Amino acid sequence: MKLETVEIQLENCAKTYDKGVRVLEPLDLTIAAGETLVLLGPSGCGKTTTLRLIAGLEQPDAGGRVRFGGQDVTAQPIEARQVGMVFQSYALFPNMTARENVGYGLRIRKVPKDLVEQRVNELLELTRMGAHGDKPIPALSGGQKQRIALARALAPQPRVLLLDEPLTALDAQLRELLRAEMNTLLRGLGVTTIYVTHDQAEAMALGDRIVVMSAGRIEQIGSPREVYYQPANARVAEFIGTMNRLEGVWRDHALHCAGGRVPAHEGAAPADAIWFRPEDVELVGAADAQLHGVVAQASFLGERTRLVVQGLGPSAIRVDVSGRAAPAVGERIGLRLRPEVWQHRISLGSDAS
Amino acid sequence: MRRALTIVQAIVTVAMSLFLIVPTLMSMVAGLTDNYFRGWRSGLTLRWLAQVWELYSDAIFLSLRIALVTLLIVLLIGVPAAYALSRSGRRLARTIEGLLVLPVAVPGLASALALLVVYGGFTAFRVSWLFIVVGHVIFTLPFMVRAVVAVCLSQNLRQLEEGAASLGAGFWQRFVTVVLPNIRSGILAGALTVLTLSIGEFNLTWMLHTPMTKTLPVGLADAYASMRIEVGSAYTLIFFIMIVPLLVGMQTIGRRRAGRQPETAA
Repeated sequence: MKLETVEIQLENCAKTYDKGVRVLEPLDLTIAAGETLVLLGPSGCGKTTTLRLIAGLEQPDAGGRVRFGGQDVTAQPIEARQVGMVFQSYALFPNMTARENVGYGLRIRKVPKDLVEQRVNELLELTRMGAHGDKPIPALSGGQKQRIALARALAPQPRVLLLDEPLTALDAQLRELLRAEMNTLLRGLGVTTIYVTHDQAEAMALGDRIVVMSAGRIEQIGSPREVYYQPANARVAEFIGTMNRLEGVWRDHALHCAGGRVPAHEGAAPADAIWFRPEDVELVGAADAQLHGVVAQASFLGERTRLVVQGLGPSAIRVDVSGRAAPAVGERIGLRLRPEVWQHRISLGSDAS
Repeated sequence: MRRALTIVQAIVTVAMSLFLIVPTLMSMVAGLTDNYFRGWRSGLTLRWLAQVWELYSDAIFLSLRIALVTLLIVLLIGVPAAYALSRSGRRLARTIEGLLVLPVAVPGLASALALLVVYGGFTAFRVSWLFIVVGHVIFTLPFMVRAVVAVCLSQNLRQLEEGAASLGAGFWQRFVTVVLPNIRSGILAGALTVLTLSIGEFNLTWMLHTPMTKTLPVGLADAYASMRIEVGSAYTLIFFIMIVPLLVGMQTIGRRRAGRQPETAA
């Protein structure tokens, strides 16, 4: 199965509710045909509103435009837009079986019966739900409901697939499994997909590009790598993964701080702070160490151990080390930053908090 | 000790039940005895039932007609109203629901008087059975609205509708294929309540009726007042036969809905 798909453009789309509460600042966004775009942010950041604007469940404030493949659909209600949507609660119809749910969009479009039957079977197979088609909705597990919701959204061959936190209601293990399955499925279909989530791991795994939002604004648009390693500002850096900030004084082409001295990589601009991820630090012997600190906390997480190290700068630094070699609390350790820290150095400027 | 308590409880319960049920049963049995004052020995008969039927079958059919027409109107007004209420803000919905319950709180006689004061002058309307229908609609509408609002709010109808809309369904398609089937139990429960209330309504109807528009309960009062006790009792029996199936239906639906609640909550 391959779907015909379109480019989507949001132009100057803002959303203000009745009482003057603005949930979305004017926003421009282009989603390429066939792309999977993830809207990522904490709750209340405007990501769901953006999705609902694209769906046609909300209207943008005056002046906003929504285009599907160049065609202006701003005035069209959702039923005319030919979108497929999966809701966080799945919104499956409890008065119909799983199979009837999947076929609903086709029946509404008056597709001949045998064609509906054929297509429903195809989708049940695609989502590995062939054995559960005739069950009533309450008899399905969470994961099965999710699959039926996806199959139902895909059945009428939507031009765009809109997913509103589709995995949030599931437990962690199932979520990971379905995430992988969905990734394969969506890539295979090649449909333009907009995926809303507050889970950064989901965003990283699924997105061609990630749009990081907060407080009704786009903070950054970029590939998962860009967003992770080159966050545009402190809000993005802190929302995605963990980010350390080591403050010190710039002298003789190095950053000097309470814990020692970090020589700058070639060509690095002077800075009085560096930002780095917990995994960009190595545990080394005293002789090779750039920095010395004391372990204040050590949390064993299985594949790694997260250390909180004090004495390096004004704030504690979080460091990830491999599980077996973890030092104990109170131990004095030597650390060395990877040179990439300087390459990927974030220009956070005055935006830094 | 505990055992003794259980026995006492059982005795009290049985005694209470008998206290309430025996008079009703006696009354119905009276309708089947040849002479109530002589008791069982006088023998059983269907004579009184036949007499009631002869005298009051018009009232019975009128009651049924009024109940059905009332139900039809209440469905047409109440279901859309409940649907709209459940979609509006909760505070507004609660206020309107509160206002809707007023006719239940106000004595039937008062509502009836209000109707008479305003519409009593339109003679053709005043003497028609439709006048009683209007009273019954006012009285029963809140029961339908509340039953349907409750079932609307118990599930995420709005999200279901958005789902249907995303699949290409327009408003009416959504309403017929998704909304109505999912609020059916509420409508059914409301409908049975409306029928039961309409058939049994006395206060309001007694004020609104004319000699030509006597309903079942009004006829009952009439029979008690002016006939021998066996006739009145036979009348009670007929009344029971009509109303009990409705009550049982209401109970069944109520139970089925209660049983389904955990699912919808999950």
